[in-house]
Amino acid sequence: MSDPNELSPSTPEQPERPVPTLPPGATAPRRVGTLPPGFASGTKTPASAPGPADARPHPKPAKLAGLPEGPGAPAVLPPRPAMPPAGGDGGGSASAADRKAWATDQDVRWCPGCGDYAILAAVQRLMPELGIERENTVFVSGIGCSSRFPYYMNTYGFHSIHGRAPTLATGLKTMRPELDVWMITGDGDALSIGGNHFIHLLRRNVNLQVILFNNQIYGLTKGQYSPTSEPGKVTKSTPYGSLDHPFNPLSVALGADATFVARAMDRDPKHLTDVLRRAYQHEGTSLVEVYQNCNIFNDHAFEVYTEKATKPFSTVYVEHGKPLVYDQGRKGLRLDGLRLEPVDLTGSAFSADDCMVYDETNRELAHLTIRLFDAPEHLPRPFGVFYVEQRPTYDALVQQQLAEVQALRGPGDLRALLHAGETWTIGNN
Amino acid sequence: MPDTSAPSFDDVPRDLPVETLPAATILFAGDSGDGIQVTGAQFTIATAMAHNDLATLPDFPAEIRAPVGTTYGVSGFQLHFGSVDIRTPGDEVDLLVAMNPAALKVNLHRVRRGGAILVNTDAFDARGLELARYDTNPLDDPALKSAYQVIEVPLTTLVREALKDSGLSHKDIDRSKNMFALGIALWLYQRPLEAAVTWTEKRFAKKPEVLAANLTLLHKGYHYGETVEAFAVRYEVAPAAMPGGTYRAIRGIEALALGLVTAGVKSGLPVFYGSYPITPASDLLHELAKHKVFGVVTYQAEDEIAAIGSAIGASFGGVLAVTGTSGPGMALKTEAMGLAVMTELPLVIVDVQRGGPSTGLPTKTEQSDLLQAVFGRNGEAPMPVLAASTPSDCYETAYEACKIAVDYMTPVIVLADGYLANGSEPWRIPDPDALPDFPVAFATPKQAVREGEVAVVDAPDERTPEDNDARFLPYVRDPQTLARPWARPGTRGLEHRIGGIEKQHETGNVSYDPANHQLMVRLRAEKVDRVRQTYAPTAVNGADEGDVLLIGWGGTRGAIEAAVERLAAKGRRVSSIHLRNVWPLPDDLAPIFDRFAHLVVPELNNGQLIRLLRDAHLRPFIPLDKIQGLPFRTAEIEAFVDALLDQE
Ligand SMILES: Cc1ncc(C[n+]2csc(CCOP(=O)(O)OP(=O)(O)O)c2C)c(N)n1
Ligand code: SF4
Ligand SMILES: [Mg+2]
Repeated sequence: MSDPNELSPSTPEQPERPVPTLPPGATAPRRVGTLPPGFASGTKTPASAPGPADARPHPKPAKLAGLPEGPGAPAVLPPRPAMPPAGGDGGGSASAADRKAWATDQDVRWCPGCGDYAILAAVQRLMPELGIERENTVFVSGIGCSSRFPYYMNTYGFHSIHGRAPTLATGLKTMRPELDVWMITGDGDALSIGGNHFIHLLRRNVNLQVILFNNQIYGLTKGQYSPTSEPGKVTKSTPYGSLDHPFNPLSVALGADATFVARAMDRDPKHLTDVLRRAYQHEGTSLVEVYQNCNIFNDHAFEVYTEKATKPFSTVYVEHGKPLVYDQGRKGLRLDGLRLEPVDLTGSAFSADDCMVYDETNRELAHLTIRLFDAPEHLPRPFGVFYVEQRPTYDALVQQQLAEVQALRGPGDLRALLHAGETWTIGNN
Repeated sequence: MPDTSAPSFDDVPRDLPVETLPAATILFAGDSGDGIQVTGAQFTIATAMAHNDLATLPDFPAEIRAPVGTTYGVSGFQLHFGSVDIRTPGDEVDLLVAMNPAALKVNLHRVRRGGAILVNTDAFDARGLELARYDTNPLDDPALKSAYQVIEVPLTTLVREALKDSGLSHKDIDRSKNMFALGIALWLYQRPLEAAVTWTEKRFAKKPEVLAANLTLLHKGYHYGETVEAFAVRYEVAPAAMPGGTYRAIRGIEALALGLVTAGVKSGLPVFYGSYPITPASDLLHELAKHKVFGVVTYQAEDEIAAIGSAIGASFGGVLAVTGTSGPGMALKTEAMGLAVMTELPLVIVDVQRGGPSTGLPTKTEQSDLLQAVFGRNGEAPMPVLAASTPSDCYETAYEACKIAVDYMTPVIVLADGYLANGSEPWRIPDPDALPDFPVAFATPKQAVREGEVAVVDAPDERTPEDNDARFLPYVRDPQTLARPWARPGTRGLEHRIGGIEKQHETGNVSYDPANHQLMVRLRAEKVDRVRQTYAPTAVNGADEGDVLLIGWGGTRGAIEAAVERLAAKGRRVSSIHLRNVWPLPDDLAPIFDRFAHLVVPELNNGQLIRLLRDAHLRPFIPLDKIQGLPFRTAEIEAFVDALLDQE
């Protein structure tokens, strides 16, 4: 490709060809670079103002107008701006300027109050802290509200098609293992249309990070139930309640032999950042499921885990080497046969010593813990890093095999390849 | 250790008359477990070593191991060879080798009247006849013997006798009888034994008893012709007058693989091939998997969508990315092809066509994916489509597709078909230096600009804070090709985001602007139209004007050009053109069409190219469609043209 300066004069040898005419209504463009010859002008919508550095919810609902399959009309937007202030309790040592370098100038188009903002802020906070370069970082996503994410990261980015992000990410990472690849997906994107790719990505253990935005709903298509929605859920597509049995993405992941399985929430950004940091450090596919509130179509879905009044006894944070204790030390989980049983630590019967000491390298324990899922009124929902396994990554194995074969057989010789097998010569060639 | 050295058979004792033929067609047929394809391949190599021109057509049953002895389990391998220019696997068979009654039943109609049929009489027992649904033994039918020259060989008996001391099981012995048949065929056409001996030695190097048995049978078969009075004549097919050079026999699918590897070397890019197994495209995956020394990475994905998705991801990473499949897989890749159109990334999509729709006829050939290739996507999603025309042409077609993809930053479809993929012909091995390099110039940080102006950002480390606001514009186009720049992740200053949502002209930002959408649709279409800049002028095969022009594309080339030759020999004024670039159609066709009275479009489908032609040229094109899962026979095209001209 040549310098953009050279693009304007039309080349004399160039054949005469019909070229597209400008559509009616096109206004005079602001020139950016130059147009190819034959194009009188291009059209360009006014450049948008740079978004806020820390990607807060945009105050003006009118900004949503551009979304094609976007959430409901601005009129339905409820006033729920309850976002954690970026940089507040998010942890990390990066300065605001560092963080800004990782953000793009694009308007962030999620609904005000959407949990996606907090996740974006956490990632933008984490990046400078990791000591990595923007040009070596790629965000790949599928389709969904969450999958808009790459547009807001000032890195290389690919917003692909519904459910297929794992396929692009695998091809990219396999051929360019030196890049840091992050994959952004939603519960519909990863678990419904992309379920097949999701399990195979985990099984292969491609060295990349997956952030699965689970809002238990299809946000972008305006609120149908998803594979993680609770049974009986009333949505536009299930006016009499959903009949589908939901599954637990992390159990699916363990079943697919994932090597890093974790869960966090949009409303606990410090923990989220810690988990993402560990995900980055893991060699292999790191799956981080993030509970994300869709305040438009599935508001309050995770309220019991996020609100002060219920969070302590509804959640348990697992930590490697520490006993499973929650509710500010008042409760714990103890192994009873093949299941985890909640015990009261305030009485004399049990103490923290009776509780299961978490071991993130123990797959069976991870299975049990992740299955604390079905009866939230009785059992706490676990968060944290559940399982970590060291296993060779697919991309490393591919490169290793290439190197081994090349070392064994020497570099390729095209002439020899073309002449392989039985040949015969005619004439005195 | 048995003695495996090959005795010499040059000192032939019997004095048989030798008939010289310009060309011959031989068809080996039997159970798919009979080693028919191996026999055919070995005869092919021996024929190539005898310097004949040739073309082959393997014909497999869809089932891997269909029930023994049934008509639907019959596997065939047809080979047409000669001292003359051979363009098709042959219309009519001169020698049918039928290993069982079912093979005879299925293939008898392909044998020319007066042709030879070599049968394994041992297989024509009550059970064999019943499996093939013969009420009476066809070998007892005097009509058969008056119409054909039937050579009865008790193959099973002979083979068991020859190997009675080999220590091999009956099962193993019976399985090797194809080698005896191969020996007879090699003798009959005076082919050298060496190639088959070498191959057998390699194949069974680790099983000395099996090797010894196979060599024994090969030689016994060769001797059989000498000693038994079953043959009245031996044939000679003289070497063909082919241009000087070094040759090898090549199947289309191998040529595709070699073309892709060559393109990788010529572009200086690593090759990534993502695919999911499907007949008849799987062998491309198998072939490319061998070529790791060239940096080729093959990826067996979980499905065809993952296969193309991984290739698009690799392409974004700056790699020569290829995905390959057959019709059903093409259908699955459709949405992702649109993504490649939108993101304007180079990508080569190989479709080895088979009979459709749906699962269709997996092992049979057809040209019925043309319209799917040209139009089969949502939205306005044009992409160039190339079609290979002979097994060896697959090589250059694959190379050319890669070059167009990279030069124009576009996905490109390569259409091959089962006939081309599995068929083989002699290939004059090209000089790899003769094909031009096409080194890729990735975008450089110099191409980062600030909004509203052109800023030159030189060494990335010397950027001022102001330059940090400079942005790379991923959709600024090359004036000649309209290609956008290819920015390789890892390049500082070129960070950018792309995706399937409509792009703003030049900036590549998400845009829903109505006028911008229309502009972008037209730009993408114009870019694909400009691929015509790479076309060679359309060449007319035969006279420049006449009564009939045959307009073909893809794997029908051999049959069409052979028909033109035969028709011209009879004084008919017939010519042909053959399109490699089927989309966009070449723009030099109209003056050629003007010079012919009738425009006939032979296709192995229900009329697909003809629709594209009619759309571009309002003329009375005449369809010649064959939709039987089989290639054209030369005679079919010839007869069609004869009938057309005789009407007048
Ligand atoms: C092939 C295809 N089918 C359907 C759609 C419509 N669609 C877009 S996003 C979506 C669901 C998204 O849900 P989820 O992945 O949970 O993302 P969220 O919007 O909730 O973040 C659907 C059905 C599409 N874009 N492409
Ligand atoms: S997930 Fe819900 S709240 Fe967030 S942008 Fe989508 S529709 Fe709006
Ligand atoms: Mg969702």
